[in-house]
Amino acid sequence: MTWHEILIETFKRNDVRLATYVPDRVLTPLIHGVSDDPFFTAFPATREEEAVGIACGAWMGGMRGVVLMQTSGFATLANVLASLAVPYQIPLLMVISERGTLGEFNVGQVMVCRTMRPALDAMGIEHHTITRLDELEFVADRSIKQAVATQAPAALILSPLLTGGKVFKE
Amino acid sequence: MALSRFEVTSLLVSKLTRDEAVVGGIGNTNFDLWAVGHRPQNFYMLGSMGLAVPIALGVALAQPQRGVIALEGDGSMLMQVGALATVAALRPKNLTIVIMDNAIYQITGSQPTATATGADLVAMARGAGIRESHWADTLERFGELFDRAQAQGGPTLIGVRIDGEPAKATTERDPARIRHRFMRGLGVIA
Repeated sequence: MTWHEILIETFKRNDVRLATYVPDRVLTPLIHGVSDDPFFTAFPATREEEAVGIACGAWMGGMRGVVLMQTSGFATLANVLASLAVPYQIPLLMVISERGTLGEFNVGQVMVCRTMRPALDAMGIEHHTITRLDELEFVADRSIKQAVATQAPAALILSPLLTGGKVFKE
Repeated sequence: MALSRFEVTSLLVSKLTRDEAVVGGIGNTNFDLWAVGHRPQNFYMLGSMGLAVPIALGVALAQPQRGVIALEGDGSMLMQVGALATVAALRPKNLTIVIMDNAIYQITGSQPTATATGADLVAMARGAGIRESHWADTLERFGELFDRAQAQGGPTLIGVRIDGEPAKATTERDPARIRHRFMRGLGVIA
């Protein structure tokens, strides 16, 4: 199975039904996968923090969700994570396609990427960077289960080593 | 004639007979919702300015049989105006949005918002694709629009021009308890 097929199966097994996103080139097959599968309620939001608000509301209403985004989208989230997801103890699941490293061609993305893990650490949010296909199912499944059991947000960072990333076209 | 936020909120809450969920936006919007009287189906934000509509949308998607109301201020709505387009795209029948517009960022010192110089949030909502977007100029008109939204299904947005009176109380500030009580109020946890 591909990385996106594994993620979709893991979401399903954990009853993660709502998938909202701000698009990203690397995430395209995952976005297509959730959009084409009637198991999911999948739709774009206009901003990542809006998507986080929707996912937090859905959780409180009894529906598990995931927010799909790119590194630069995560960089817009400090306020909503620190004032909603973390203090209200909501197991918000984030899947972040990592840009800004391993062959990045846009310096803006590089700088943004350097803020991501320090921000997650500052808020005490569990995060894992997934580089290997054979570890993806284990990390994703355990992270979802831990988030729910401990009522805490979790971030899965998809490394270019896993997805191929976005490469510079000469 | 500007209406009273507390009176509009009181009327709204008096019309809730089916355990509808109400998400209160940060600031005085939230505070008057609390002041009217706590209900187990009320959710109070302590930060995340602008996210009352997205949070309410999430609840509405998770519980399509339950009416869900987002109460938001003009400053907050201006901050997350794209959320109106998302609501329009998804068309949740059970979502009603109420905008309390006093044209000021009241809680930070009453600096003017863009609605003071002509931005029209109802027109913006209609432009985003929420066809049932209306101003309520009187308390009676607000009641009619709200009743119609509950009877016909939405999404609906109702704008209310309110005065600059401060809220009558402030919410409690224990987020874990707010969330837990809300989830119990929605029947999600025992």
